[in-house]
Amino acid sequence: MTKKFLRQGEPFVWATGLALSLILFLTLILFYVVMANGLAVFWPKKVALATLQDGRFMLGEIVQEEIIPHTDNKRLQFKIGNRDLYGLDFKWVDASEITSLTYPKDVHVLERLEYGNFYGYLSALEVKGIAPPASGSNSLALTIDALEDRKVEVHLLGKKIANLNRRVEKIDHHLATARYNKEENTPALAALQGEKQGLKTEFEALVSILGEKSAALATNQAIFTDANGRTKAIALPNIVRSYQPNNMSFFAKCGYYLERLRELLFDEPRESNTEGGLFPAIFGTVMLIFLMSILSFPLGVLAGIYLREYAREGWLVKMVRIAVNNLAGIPSIVYGIFGLGFFVYGIGGTIDQLFYPERLPAPTFGTGGILWTSLTLGLLTVPVVIVATEEALGSIPPGIREGSQALAATKLQTLTRILLPMASPGILTGFILAMARAAGEVAPLMLTGVVKLAPALPLDGVFPYLHLDRKFMHLGFHIYDIGFQSPNVEAAKPMVYVTTMLLILIVLAMTSTAIHLRNKMRQRHSVVDV
Amino acid sequence: MSTTDTAILRIDNPQVAIEELNLFYGESQALKDLTFGIPGQQVTALIGPSGCGKSTLIRCINRMNDLVDGLRIEGAITINGENINDPSLDVIELRRKVGMVFQKWNPFPKSIYENIVYGLRIAGIQDKSVLDEAAEKCLKRAALWDEVKDRLHQSAMGLSGGQMQRLCIARAIAVNPEIILMDEPCSALDPRSTGRIEDLIRELRGEYTIIIVTHNMQQAARISDYTAYMYLGELIEYGPTQRLFTMPEKKETEDYITGRFG
Repeated sequence: MTKKFLRQGEPFVWATGLALSLILFLTLILFYVVMANGLAVFWPKKVALATLQDGRFMLGEIVQEEIIPHTDNKRLQFKIGNRDLYGLDFKWVDASEITSLTYPKDVHVLERLEYGNFYGYLSALEVKGIAPPASGSNSLALTIDALEDRKVEVHLLGKKIANLNRRVEKIDHHLATARYNKEENTPALAALQGEKQGLKTEFEALVSILGEKSAALATNQAIFTDANGRTKAIALPNIVRSYQPNNMSFFAKCGYYLERLRELLFDEPRESNTEGGLFPAIFGTVMLIFLMSILSFPLGVLAGIYLREYAREGWLVKMVRIAVNNLAGIPSIVYGIFGLGFFVYGIGGTIDQLFYPERLPAPTFGTGGILWTSLTLGLLTVPVVIVATEEALGSIPPGIREGSQALAATKLQTLTRILLPMASPGILTGFILAMARAAGEVAPLMLTGVVKLAPALPLDGVFPYLHLDRKFMHLGFHIYDIGFQSPNVEAAKPMVYVTTMLLILIVLAMTSTAIHLRNKMRQRHSVVDV
Repeated sequence: MSTTDTAILRIDNPQVAIEELNLFYGESQALKDLTFGIPGQQVTALIGPSGCGKSTLIRCINRMNDLVDGLRIEGAITINGENINDPSLDVIELRRKVGMVFQKWNPFPKSIYENIVYGLRIAGIQDKSVLDEAAEKCLKRAALWDEVKDRLHQSAMGLSGGQMQRLCIARAIAVNPEIILMDEPCSALDPRSTGRIEDLIRELRGEYTIIIVTHNMQQAARISDYTAYMYLGELIEYGPTQRLFTMPEKKETEDYITGRFG
């Protein structure tokens, strides 16, 4: 009986199915946790007013609850915000201490430029220069809207100042070059000095105007009281967004959600990255993958072609093949160290000495930058592309090669017209694997050019548009940074989920594009053997 | 083997002349001292048991063996008086003159049309009207036109085995070679498809010099003008097909063609 049972191989089928379902299960859990937490972050949560046994009140969002170990009692974690008043954002409270929980409709939640969220009641508005708004539940929002023009004005002034700064920097660079070339007292130099002086005066004038305007703007303030009646004056320009979550309709909540999503995708981060948007990190991630692909794909494919088509099979080629396969197994931090030593200090340092000596000791290319990171990642992924190219070429039946050569095609013609199109789906598969691996790497980036907060994007409207020497931000590093290096880890947690979700979605989008391309290629060049 | 051997026919003005050809795979010798001539515009069949070197020989004629590692050739093969093993000879030019059809059909994973015009495109012809005309002419010549004219731009991988092999013949004709080598073109086909290919070979006779390797003695008898019988890398007998099959001079030949051996 058992013999027959074993002969049918049934247990083996079960084992294979079980293995697959286990993997699927774990992947799904990961995906679910990330998605469920990531998608919920921006949905406005109700603000609860807890009355405590000692008669005091506490206002905040209930973040989580858990059983206190070894007892039957529960405790709740509140996000109480108001860091400038209390010094901490989160607080655990035993459920037994709470006598009642209510959700008052007139609670305001403020997202601020500093000190995180504020939870409280609006008691008065002090505005100057604009008509005082009618009192009502949305008077705060109306006032903030009314100040929008003046906020924009201040913002534009800031931009102007940054522009001036850049021009001064440029002149400084010219001056440094002149000093390096030992030019002195030339008319051109004097003109530059004069221009710089002019710009400086303009700069100082603008700065003082900016100071006045922002100070004037900041005198517009709102007086809030917290749950226990402490008052707090908050300057209106410091308020990024205000809403009353207990008084919002479903559609208002949807609108809020979309607005937060827009901010996430298109705005810059605030508050040491724990709030605001992720645009620079998204941009940096996508650009890194593109640059890496441009560098590693052609290199890997060419190397693979050489190994399979041109190199004479022998012990040397065998050794190279083993070496290439092993390259894929080297820890990525080792690549990072190599990139730092070879690309950044070696090549970058040499470039600086040859082309930018006047700026030394301040490095130009001799410091981390997106170019060096792309090269390092390219090196890390190139073995995968080589192996895939080799295998794809090797799996083409030899008759096809002979057929082409018998028709008087040269080796190169055979390669470009027959073999590479036929191998392209296999090569693309390797490329997809390489891309997915590169997108998820963080360790080598930290050594070769990623930063917590980059002042400018590596691609912008200022000549020469593509700044390969610039440092950049990256979603993977962002996760590490806000999750483990942030001063306020608890407050950063939602952002960790959102960032993880975004990174997964970006990788998914890129690989599915590549997979779509591969399927098209496969359709066009498949060999159905008869 | 002496040149006076009466079992080996001497051809005057052969198009392909093989002179004292020896071929080695590393240490082992695959072809031994072959000397014979192949006439132009005729069908010459190479027969013999497996491993006798027929395929190796035919692959020497368009230097397909260049691709093989550790292979060494001595002696000469001349086509129209030109030694093709001369290092200065352009292999691409040679292959333009000498086409080849393989045992296992090998159409490219492209459309039928692209398969036919591949050789022309390789030769640098881009004019669409020239390509179209050549495609039609060659497909008609290979008796495939009626079957595929409505799906020229569909993948060649959708054809049947016999159609694919005829497509490969049409592809070889398209570059207008002088000589077509066929390495057991029917060995993987059913009798009906085989018949069609034999018809085709008969059609092409007179216009092209065809050298065909075959396992099938009936086939050799049906389609060839001359037949060479090879055994263990040596040429045993060579002569007009009619005579070789009816009155073989050598005992070995007779044993083989009567099926007592091989």
